[in-house]
Amino acid sequence: MNLHNVAVVYRKELREALRDRRTLISSLLVPLVLFPLLTAGLGAAISALIGKAKEEIPTVMILGGEDSPAILAELHGSNKIRIVPTQPNWKDQIINKDIRAAIEIPPGFQNDVDHQKTAALLIHNYEGDMKSAIATDNIQKSLEKYRDRIVHDNLSAKNIPDSALKPFEIKENNVAPPEKVGGAAFGGVIGYMVILLCLTGSMYPAMDLTAGEKERGTMETILSSPIARVDLVFGKFFLVLTAALVTAALSVTSMGASFAVLEHIHAFDKAGSDAAQLQLQIHFTTVLSVFIMVLPVAVLFAAALMTVAVFAKSYKEAQSYVTPLMFIVIIPAVCAMLPIDLTAKLSLVPILNASLLCKELVTGTYHWNFIAIIFLSTCVYAGIALFLAVKMFQREDVLFRS
Amino acid sequence: MIEARGLSKVFHDKKRGQIRAVDNVSFTCKPGQIYGLLGANGAGKTTTLRMLATILEPTDGTAVVCGHDVIDDPEKVRANVGFLSTATALYPRLTSQEMVEYFGRLNGLDEGTLKKRVNEIFTRLEMDSFRDRRCDKLSTGMKQKTSIARTLVHDPQVMIFDEPTLGLDIMTARTIIDFIRECRGRGKTVIFSTHIMSEVEKLCDVIGIIQSGKLLAEGSLAELRDRYHDQDLEEIFVKIVAPLYVSEENN
Repeated sequence: MNLHNVAVVYRKELREALRDRRTLISSLLVPLVLFPLLTAGLGAAISALIGKAKEEIPTVMILGGEDSPAILAELHGSNKIRIVPTQPNWKDQIINKDIRAAIEIPPGFQNDVDHQKTAALLIHNYEGDMKSAIATDNIQKSLEKYRDRIVHDNLSAKNIPDSALKPFEIKENNVAPPEKVGGAAFGGVIGYMVILLCLTGSMYPAMDLTAGEKERGTMETILSSPIARVDLVFGKFFLVLTAALVTAALSVTSMGASFAVLEHIHAFDKAGSDAAQLQLQIHFTTVLSVFIMVLPVAVLFAAALMTVAVFAKSYKEAQSYVTPLMFIVIIPAVCAMLPIDLTAKLSLVPILNASLLCKELVTGTYHWNFIAIIFLSTCVYAGIALFLAVKMFQREDVLFRS
Repeated sequence: MIEARGLSKVFHDKKRGQIRAVDNVSFTCKPGQIYGLLGANGAGKTTTLRMLATILEPTDGTAVVCGHDVIDDPEKVRANVGFLSTATALYPRLTSQEMVEYFGRLNGLDEGTLKKRVNEIFTRLEMDSFRDRRCDKLSTGMKQKTSIARTLVHDPQVMIFDEPTLGLDIMTARTIIDFIRECRGRGKTVIFSTHIMSEVEKLCDVIGIIQSGKLLAEGSLAELRDRYHDQDLEEIFVKIVAPLYVSEENN
């Protein structure tokens, strides 16, 4: 291999890539602008909508209860719900979202309660509708106090303390350090994002530098120069790899920064703030180790994409070949988010192994035996993919396919 | 110097089976000479020239270009060849100068020599006004000049032109014709393919007529006229090619 020629090709491809609007959009603009906008915009919108829904006092209808004045008084006295007059079409009104829920009080409810028989109340709601769920929750909270009061009165009458109903409590105590907590919550997602973005970042340049070159008619031009095909492939490959790593690095950085900003401006709900906190407690060294492990995966993607895309006659045809690869990558990457533990056998499964390892690295767990197996096996897969890419560039029936 | 020795090329097609695009073609082209490969569409001209430029590898036979074998030493062959065809496009996002410099670097020129060489070519071809313009913004004539500059940057001894004027207007085609003539004047070995009779009559020292991958006749224009008892090259061409001619649609 002639490193001078590889460098010449790489510099030329980099220059062209930096002048190409589509590459700049996919590699720089999307991670730097779109992700923060989506994260901040979507987060703020969801937060605002949920907040608004929670602030709204849901309208509720009462069905029956004429012989149970105490519970009626309790419901009418609640500031969490607004009682509207009962109408026979209450079911339609729930479905049409005119009211959010209806509470059915069976006949003799008061009598059952007074005689310490278990009585049942039925809340009619719209399953899956957030506002109806909030109404249901508010009704339950309003009646919980009433129920606790009845229990307290009944127990007091018999000189039994309230603690008789709760002889002990169960509490949780987290012993994991914040880094591991953050990792457990986001490890799978970070691994998934880094791996997926490595793929998406390398997709456009891989197609442009192979099928795109054939389509533009420059393949024959470059093949007429004295450069060896292996040097040509490596020059192009390093550019595709650069795009993959830059896209992934920028995306992760901008997402982390977006969460941090959101936390500071308190524009996120509680879950969102926790997320930002956990994200920030992941150390730089962890991110670096994730990237080191992802490097052979990026090599695998860049080489595999080039191998597939060079077969196509045009950019459009390349897209139809490359798109199924997305699914091949997404499925194992998604699997890593499931509660699966890394084993020796799984360490040999490409992509899934790196995804699972990323999850472990983010939690601060370093199983060096698995790390070695995964790094080496992924390097072997990447090497095979690179070998195939070089072979494809040496096949006349591929380069001059018509 | 180019010496083609029994060059053959077989392609495999799923539907049509084996296709012998070039069949045992041998010829010699000397320095200071223009060899014209004349043939109809699909006759095997492009495949022959691509084998000489080592873009394709011969199935049988070989060729020696500037003392280097196309099979054993393809990179050295390419270092001595300037290859130009309508299929050799320019990189749209590079400027005219960057395009030429890129090929100079790939041919191993050091930065000092490259700068001198590029300035010399740009001045000679009157390209200074658009040297910093991107190739996708160039006119057809400017693109052709850039392509010529690209083939000349490493000062190759052999020039291969594959239907270089195809689809060009008269003025742009004339630039190419003048350039081919100039190459001969500078003692380069020139081979070019065409199906335009007037270009052959104007330029070629030796004419090779090719059909169905076979070199059917070879000689100077005068020799061919004498051999086939006709002054009109088109008539001579038809006489030679007709027995083997298969239309492109049926090929």
